[in-house]
Amino acid sequence: MFKWLEKNLPKIVMAPAVGLIGWFVYGFVLWTLYISFTNSKILPKYELWGFGQYEKLWASRKWLISVDNLLVFTALFLIFCIVIGIILAIFLDQKIRAEGVLRTIYLYPMALSFIVTGTAWKWILNPSLGLQKMFIDWGFENFTFDWLVNREMAIYTIVIAGVWQSAGFVMALFLAGLRSVEDEIVKAAKIDGAGLFTVYWKILLPMMRPVFFTSFVILVHISIKSYDLIVALTQGGPGISTTMPALFMTQAAFHKSQVGLSAASAMMMFMAVAAVIIPYLYSELRRENAR
Amino acid sequence: MQDNLQRSSYEQLEQKSKYTNMFLRWFLYFVLILFASYFIFPLYVMVVTSLKTMEEIRQGTLLTWPSSLNFDSWLVAWGGRGYGAGDTFLRPYFWNSIKMVVPAVFFSTFIGAMTGYVLTKWRFKGDQWVFLFLLFGCFIPFQAILLPMARTLGALGISNSVVGLVLVHTVYGIPFTTLFFRNYYVSVPTELVKAARIDGAGFFKIFFKILLPISAPIIVVTVIWQFTQIWNDFLFGSTFSFGEAAPIQVALNNMVLSSTSVKEYNVDMASAIIAGIPTLIVYVLAGKYFIRGLTSGAVKG
Repeated sequence: MFKWLEKNLPKIVMAPAVGLIGWFVYGFVLWTLYISFTNSKILPKYELWGFGQYEKLWASRKWLISVDNLLVFTALFLIFCIVIGIILAIFLDQKIRAEGVLRTIYLYPMALSFIVTGTAWKWILNPSLGLQKMFIDWGFENFTFDWLVNREMAIYTIVIAGVWQSAGFVMALFLAGLRSVEDEIVKAAKIDGAGLFTVYWKILLPMMRPVFFTSFVILVHISIKSYDLIVALTQGGPGISTTMPALFMTQAAFHKSQVGLSAASAMMMFMAVAAVIIPYLYSELRRENAR
Repeated sequence: MQDNLQRSSYEQLEQKSKYTNMFLRWFLYFVLILFASYFIFPLYVMVVTSLKTMEEIRQGTLLTWPSSLNFDSWLVAWGGRGYGAGDTFLRPYFWNSIKMVVPAVFFSTFIGAMTGYVLTKWRFKGDQWVFLFLLFGCFIPFQAILLPMARTLGALGISNSVVGLVLVHTVYGIPFTTLFFRNYYVSVPTELVKAARIDGAGFFKIFFKILLPISAPIIVVTVIWQFTQIWNDFLFGSTFSFGEAAPIQVALNNMVLSSTSVKEYNVDMASAIIAGIPTLIVYVLAGKYFIRGLTSGAVKG
């Protein structure tokens, strides 16, 4: 008995983690998957109902708007975060004075919650006392900036706040990537007469492929999961113009008693994330094994 | 003559490149400072707004400096106005968050350290798969577990309680903490452990005598990561708790959204700062470790 215990101690110590994740992650996802195939309303029902919830989901105007918003948001969020992140990383890499201070400033939003960020941006973007008033008081009398309450434009306010929060993160990833490149490579290129621009464009940035990949995965992941920021900034409004899948899911589950439908929307999100993450994990693992 | 000409044109060229260099330098700093102001702007606005009276807010612009340092809205945000019912303020929720964060960070870090230790120093057949199995937990969208979690917490009798949130945050922190410790222990030479085993040291002795003493950096990284994640969480907090058991982010959101009477932006901003200050302090004091957590949590995958 004692021998057995000693021999299996490592596995016993690891059991809580495996058990908890097995139950609370895999078990729960399977449960949600099952429920998405039932006609559950307020309470879960366990008789199978086929793909009805998924048909309902893709016929729902609100869901289609959510998906549309997610695509717009993800595209802009990705582009701005990566472009700003790269520019900042390259510029900071030029032996800048006070680099530490600047880096701290670019990255501090990552330490804040999306609720805090959303609250701050909501105040800044509100048309009556925020940015709009500031410009009018400065003499631009016809200046209007009402994106926050404008159906067409409200989604872009979420992009502004989201980019503000996450661009510094991309900067940190790229700066770490650039710093890990051997100095000799850059020196050799310079001796061959390459200008600074060529060095970055032709040599360093192509070497940053893995960092691009990582940033892409992380940012897409953040954007599919975006929930807090929308709640704090627009609550999905005006109307339902800024609703997104995560918001759709919680509203269906906890406010509208559409448990089956919300499970179906959750599974769609799950599949979207899996489509991005599984290739990523696969390539990471292969790289690690190749080492 | 010929020689002179050549030299002067060379000097000119050098002069010119010096000017373009200087121009580039200035341009560089200009862009960097421009972005710095974009990033600092909301924080500045938050702080200034929280120090103004509503009268000042209506008269001035976002950028106007307050006429006096007036911490009234901070006091209201923290402790309320004292008129009883309907008076919402952050103090109790701040403590809820503390009570939630401390045990959740401790448990998830401990479990992660142990699991990371087994996965690297007591390797067995298929341990790679176990790691992958745990790692996938980092990435699932939590929407896919919200419904069963709500029912489970109800069945356990800990829905709408700090205890329930501790459980939730511990469980969903494990994939990250395991990842951190596993990646750290992988680089610790296994010979150390083998030698200790030959000397007769057991499982726990090796952990506490050999690995733990050199784990300080990764413990700091993990604790900071978990603290920031849990303190800033809104999804779990808002789904699994309401009313008095709510953590601070939920309370902040409720305070800002409550549409009773006139909006008091100064109190809103003071509340937002209070909710953000613990993680900001950690970031400023231990930024290095914070960034390491961010990048290793992300890059190493």
